[in-house]
Amino acid sequence: MRAPISWIREFVDLPAGLSGRELSAALIALGLEVETVDVVADVTGPVVIGRIESIEELTEFKKPIRFCHVSVGESNGGVRGIVCGARNFAEGDLVVVALPGAVLPGGFAIAARETYGRVSDGMICSSRELDLGDDHDGIMVLEAGSAEVGTAAGELLGFGEEVLDIAVTPDRGYALSIRGVAREAAIAFGLPFSDSATELAPLSAPVPDSQPRSCALIDSSACDVFTLRTLLDVDATRQSPLWLRQRLIAAGMRPVSLIVDVTNYVMLETGQPLHAFDADRVAGGLVARRATNGESLETLDHVSRDLDPEDLVIADDNGPLALAGTMGGTSSEIDLGSRNILLEAAHFDAVVVARMSRRHRLSSEASRRFERGVDRAIAPYASERAASLILELAGGRSAGMTAEEAPHEEVTITIDADLPERVAGMAIGPERVIENLTQVGCAVTAAESRLDVSPPSWRPDLTDPADLVEEVIRLIGYDQITPTLPAAPPGRGLTEAQQLRRRASRGAVAFGLIEVLSYPFIGEHDLDLCQIPTDDARRTFVRLANPLSEEQPGIRTTLLPGLLNAARRNVSRGADDVAIFEVGSVAFGVVGDSVTPPRLTASRPPSADELDALAAAIPSQRRHLAGLALGSVERPGWWGAGRDFVWSDALRIATGIVEDLGVAVSVDAAAYLPFHPGRCAVLSIVDPESNDDAMIIGYAGELHPKVCVSWDLPPRTCAFEFDLDAVIAIASDEVRRGPRFHSMPVAKEDIALVVPVDTAAADVAAALANGAGSLLESVRLFDVYQGPQVAEGSKSLAFSLRFRAADRTLGVDELSQSREAAIAAAETACGATLRT
Amino acid sequence: MSAPNKEYDPVEVSALDPAAIDAALSAAVAAIAAASDLDELKAVRIAHAGDRSALALANREIGALPPAAKAEAGQRVGKARGLLKKALEERQVQLEEDRDVRVLVAEAVDVTLPVDRAQVGARHPLSTISERLADVFVAMGYEVAEGPEIEAEWFNFDALNIAPDHPARTMQDTFFVESPDSGVVLRTHTSPVQIRALLERDLPVYVVCPGRVFRTDELDATHTPVFHQIEALVVDEGITMADLKGTLDHLAASVFGEGLVTRLRPSYFPFTEPSAELDLQCFACRGASVNNPDAPCRTCSSEGWIEWGGCGMVNPRVLEACGVDSERYSGFAFGMGLERTLMFRHDITDMRDMVEGDIRFSAAFGMEG
Ligand SMILES: [Zn+2]
Repeated sequence: MRAPISWIREFVDLPAGLSGRELSAALIALGLEVETVDVVADVTGPVVIGRIESIEELTEFKKPIRFCHVSVGESNGGVRGIVCGARNFAEGDLVVVALPGAVLPGGFAIAARETYGRVSDGMICSSRELDLGDDHDGIMVLEAGSAEVGTAAGELLGFGEEVLDIAVTPDRGYALSIRGVAREAAIAFGLPFSDSATELAPLSAPVPDSQPRSCALIDSSACDVFTLRTLLDVDATRQSPLWLRQRLIAAGMRPVSLIVDVTNYVMLETGQPLHAFDADRVAGGLVARRATNGESLETLDHVSRDLDPEDLVIADDNGPLALAGTMGGTSSEIDLGSRNILLEAAHFDAVVVARMSRRHRLSSEASRRFERGVDRAIAPYASERAASLILELAGGRSAGMTAEEAPHEEVTITIDADLPERVAGMAIGPERVIENLTQVGCAVTAAESRLDVSPPSWRPDLTDPADLVEEVIRLIGYDQITPTLPAAPPGRGLTEAQQLRRRASRGAVAFGLIEVLSYPFIGEHDLDLCQIPTDDARRTFVRLANPLSEEQPGIRTTLLPGLLNAARRNVSRGADDVAIFEVGSVAFGVVGDSVTPPRLTASRPPSADELDALAAAIPSQRRHLAGLALGSVERPGWWGAGRDFVWSDALRIATGIVEDLGVAVSVDAAAYLPFHPGRCAVLSIVDPESNDDAMIIGYAGELHPKVCVSWDLPPRTCAFEFDLDAVIAIASDEVRRGPRFHSMPVAKEDIALVVPVDTAAADVAAALANGAGSLLESVRLFDVYQGPQVAEGSKSLAFSLRFRAADRTLGVDELSQSREAAIAAAETACGATLRT
Repeated sequence: MSAPNKEYDPVEVSALDPAAIDAALSAAVAAIAAASDLDELKAVRIAHAGDRSALALANREIGALPPAAKAEAGQRVGKARGLLKKALEERQVQLEEDRDVRVLVAEAVDVTLPVDRAQVGARHPLSTISERLADVFVAMGYEVAEGPEIEAEWFNFDALNIAPDHPARTMQDTFFVESPDSGVVLRTHTSPVQIRALLERDLPVYVVCPGRVFRTDELDATHTPVFHQIEALVVDEGITMADLKGTLDHLAASVFGEGLVTRLRPSYFPFTEPSAELDLQCFACRGASVNNPDAPCRTCSSEGWIEWGGCGMVNPRVLEACGVDSERYSGFAFGMGLERTLMFRHDITDMRDMVEGDIRFSAAFGMEG
């Protein structure tokens, strides 16, 4: 809502000299969000009214040019010669002249200058140059007799008018009118406010020889007030007066034609949208009714619309003429030839208009107001105001008004008089409560400690005690409340799971990874680039009805595409080493396939069954942790050669993070895209408290070479991803027990075994451990050899075994027995032979 | 210098001559002093204190003396040998020390060599600021509540008093899942977690909910379709707007520094009544730039305040939708965008930096923002 301050002043006697900024601050404190205070026609210096005395046509140039003698008043130099390129004026016309020294909007300074061989001693202005409209017709020609030659044009044209630009919240529909803003301004400055919109001089009596057209409301739940005024013999060809056009422009609307301008003007002033029909293009009376299937309507934006049975239309005997409260139709549109006019002012239901506006993707000044609630009582006044203006400006006669109104029940809200002070946490007192509620227009009756409050017709948003509380406190001022701190009961801090989640992120950082946050959107193309098979579960993602991009219509099932994208961006920006991670949620399942959430009321809490049904309709969402690394894990430098990230780093980091959470993870070979089929490990965990089998939580390894190519990443880029929630679910109910260790001397044995080349080292280590018995403290693989010193198809694995007893130094015999037993077990389990 | 005297008869005890002993000792002491390193000292030790040194020979010859002379000669030789031993020991310590110093000098390195062997990890500052804000509340006794990002509309809208045709549903542009009437959306704010907290927890409820939210904005310097909020909810007996203001002031001071105050402007949210916009006193100029053209402030455009979030008293309708007796309990809620908070706190000018994943961005913040 753009509200020119001069217009507000017509309704409330604001202090002289009050600046737009001061008014803005006062309204903001009351809750009107004034976004800016704009200045329209920001003109300084001498700009005066002039009269064209003579025109000399200059024809020797490419386009016709006029050299005009313009009288601008004795004090401004009498008659000046001015060059002008426009042709829409004649001798004797009143024009606006910017004299040398004037500065027009946009910092355009006027000076005398030589042009087209003449000295141009000023400029004849167009409305555009003055920021008073965007007429392309040429210069601004004022109505004869509307101004005195030589006087300053500023007052007449409203130069420097301050306009408040207010973002009106959905509950304050009344502030979409000058009178609504003025009422708030009156409250802000403690000034009396008389609602002149409801105090109109009555129109002259209707002409006796004609009847007003009838109107009717069929569906009173959608339209409960309908007025229709008939005006005859108006002259629609007349131009809107300057003051009217200025007001519309300042308020952000474009002048169209006199009749339309008047309806817009009255809407801006009163908040009541009006619509004018050409009576000669309407068959019979008008009715507000729902549309029927198959009906259609071409609206004023020249879009032909199929109507829905939910739509509310204004119709005549032949069919729909307008979408009620939203937009008129072309078939009954008034034009310059219209003589007889039907003026509709009605009250439509907010929800009906909101749905219609959304259904037809059609938002208008009218629909914005109805959606937010229009004053139910204002329609006849607004109609009368518009009719007066039309009769005054376009002539014609009133043929009277018909009106239909559905019965209306007044709302009364009862509150405890001390409710506002209980909510605010400050003393207010019942007198102040009554005073404030009365100021906003409520009728208040006090009954002991309770108040019966009837909100005014323009405040349909006031329905609950809490709404009245807000009115009282906002008028007092939120700044009047003294802050206090509530004492929360002792809390338990972060849950175990929340702490573990933080620890997982810190773990990733400890491994040198940098956290990124990717968008969770995904598409088929991302999965194609990852070589994900067509039947893979990761292809079944939750789809958005209105994605930002058709390329990524779904919610991610894996974090890797986001990391690949981030890595690609870093590489393209010149990064050589990129090691990143992300913790984020992924979703599985299809919404709407089998389960849709129940439509529940919010007027009571849902039952347990209803909550279950809601939960079942939401796809499964799990938090994953994924990482990606390329380039150096240790850079080359003065210390020597560096070392690049390889598959085992991905595995080291993934298992390291999981183990830091207190969960043992096991590793097996796997072929799982987007990983290299021979360099991918599957990670599993076991819940020690359940008998379930190991659960797969994720994968780590080197990315498939084709994936690296597809994402423009160097070969050997490695990555991992695992289900963090699954790890935390196990970790969070485990309390780690303290270790037991002994101080007797350790005995070390190194064993090198030759095994078939495809033997898993972990299996050999396990067999050694198994065979070595209870004296074994640890077994660690320290070398792998494959080459001429072992048989073809074999490899040598070198293990370091540590033995220790709890109570004694180990003897040579028992040590050698353990060693032999370990080797024997490896031989049995893996076909290992001792390397000699 | 003295030397072995093989060619002489051992009974010719010239070595026991007092002058000779003194001379041998003097020669030895001079040699010790002249030894410049441990190797030289070792040679000196052999020459002057070894088995065949003058003093050793003299010592050996004592036994051949007549008993009357033994004591006197023994004392003299013993004293000389003692002095020699002491001199050797002292010089040994001294030279070892010299050697150690030389080794340390020789081992010196250029400590200005770079040690950037590996990339240092870092958290994303949105993660750390989220934890920082949550911790302010946890310190006050609040708990951290959570909810899903893909959410039922009932939680995201209906239960928050945003009816199906309420203009507020178009105020925030929603990502709908599958179809506009599936009843499932990407949550547009963290407020559905309020509903979950009230349904799942016993009263009183003091919770804070950080999380990721979604709106169909295009990405630019100040908007992103995927962003983060943190929200607090308190429902208890006797909770007032004064409590809301005090809590906000405490949060502002904790995040931006002591003494910064907040301002509430009446506004509208369906789920709070009364509602307010939350402004934060400009932490850059603390209001000094207002009406002061000589010292304009870029952070607040010389307004003195910056918009930080929204807040209000929990609408009793919301309490009723969660089965809370609104006659007995009241509450407040507030929420703010973390991206904006981060921009203020760390002078970040472009929101795109937060979403693009350029490692230079997160790396600049390290482990804590
Ligand atoms: Zn500032």
